[in-house]
Amino acid sequence: MSTATTTSVDVRDVRRQFGDRVVLDDLSLTIGESEFVVLLGPSGCGKSTLLRLLGGLDRPDAGTVTVPKERAIVFQNDRLLPWQRVLRNVTIGLYEAGADERALAVLDEVGLKDHARAWPKTLSGGEAQRVSLARALVTEPDLVLLDEPFAALDAITRLRMHDLVRELRRKHNAAMLLVTHDVDEAIALADRILVMSDGRIGSAYDVRLDQDERAISAAREDLRAALLGDLGLAAVH
Amino acid sequence: MSTGFAPARVRSPRAATAPRERATETFTAPAGSAGGLTRLRRRVRWPLGIYTTPVAILVLWQVTSELGWLPEKIAPAPTAIIQAGIDLWKIGELGTDLTTSLRRVGIGLAIGLTIGITTGIIAGLLRSGEYLFNGVVQIVHTIPLLAVLPLMIVWFGIDELTKVLLISFGAGVPMYLNLFAAIRGVDQRLIEMARAAGVGRARLISRVLLPGALPGFLVGLRFSLAYSVLGLVAAETVNANAGIGYLINRAQTYLRTDQVFLGLVIYAVIGLLADQFVRILERVLLQWRPSYEAQ
Repeated sequence: MSTATTTSVDVRDVRRQFGDRVVLDDLSLTIGESEFVVLLGPSGCGKSTLLRLLGGLDRPDAGTVTVPKERAIVFQNDRLLPWQRVLRNVTIGLYEAGADERALAVLDEVGLKDHARAWPKTLSGGEAQRVSLARALVTEPDLVLLDEPFAALDAITRLRMHDLVRELRRKHNAAMLLVTHDVDEAIALADRILVMSDGRIGSAYDVRLDQDERAISAAREDLRAALLGDLGLAAVH
Repeated sequence: MSTGFAPARVRSPRAATAPRERATETFTAPAGSAGGLTRLRRRVRWPLGIYTTPVAILVLWQVTSELGWLPEKIAPAPTAIIQAGIDLWKIGELGTDLTTSLRRVGIGLAIGLTIGITTGIIAGLLRSGEYLFNGVVQIVHTIPLLAVLPLMIVWFGIDELTKVLLISFGAGVPMYLNLFAAIRGVDQRLIEMARAAGVGRARLISRVLLPGALPGFLVGLRFSLAYSVLGLVAAETVNANAGIGYLINRAQTYLRTDQVFLGLVIYAVIGLLADQFVRILERVLLQWRPSYEAQ
């Protein structure tokens, strides 16, 4: 299963259907090692289904899914265990000795070291989502799957989370797949943007922009227009 | 006036010049928000908390008794009930009856809770456990506790065994039902999260399923304690020669209403203490839970 290559994820001709509804239709996808891929698409296009397949939470009806054994998922809602303090929430998947120290180190990276003893109910939405990021990264995964993790956050918190994700990516050398319906989020973070439609990858864009260009540039606007066009929103903007 | 087809709508001049006065609300920190002071105020207003109403009833009862409005044979004054308790304690009967009853409840609870918790957890965690226990318990649950008594007497005689088993029956069934439902009711998304995080079965049980079932467990415990007292009452009304139920039966025979009341009060106190015990457990074990605190 875990063959050492430069591809982290290899999805081949995957098909997934619920009853008569075909959600993923002969979909293929590869993600390179430490590549940041953003999967963009409207609600119900099957992007979350694909993410669940990659996370091993679901099985394909046809085709093969090859993913690293060490992987982590950040869900749309923080999914913290309310009855465990923040630290224990982060160490949930850790079995080796020194789990607490590692968890504290990652909590420090997301700026929540002081909250290690806090109950989840005392955290704000952004803080809770940062804890779930820490929980994902503490196992040093080769692949991090992010399922619209910032969708429920306010705009300012979301921008801060983008900075945090970029920073964490520099420290942790993992491939990341982010599922979102937010075009700006995709442009802000992606090495490659894949637009999903009708259960397939409709179009793909390599994003070769530096951080400033991602914030404001003509190339950015062109990309944005192209993505909106792919999503069928060209007329709106 | 212009010669347009539609005359321009003219706003009422009053609306333009005199804007409607809007009511405003201003919020400031509550007076004495120092926490302690607010609590003190609440304590003064409700000095006895949830016991305010019971105590008020007691006072009313005492007063009406003193005034002679309540015949002693119907309901003796609270002080007379206490006096009956003191008298019975002095001749050593109350102590014996109390320890006998408490021992019965203790043993019955121990057996009932052990069985209820064990089967509840097994059924909650395993499908085969569910199939094994659930049907039986659901059927048994529909039989009223008191209706089982005659059968138990036939099976286990009229001695201690029947009494203890009736109590454990009363305690075990609600514990099983609540624990089973609580484990099955743990948020599926959290279980999925744990699976995704590579959590093994043992840790899934110890960190996700069992702690998640804790609120339901405490509900079950509350029912178990209440039903075990109910079982005690039922058990002690037949062929007991010691215990609170025996005390009540004997008092009834001699028309000692004060002693009947004494027995009832003791049952009530046992029930209240049990409830307080669970409340303390909840406060300690469920501090993680965001819950509504009434003003």
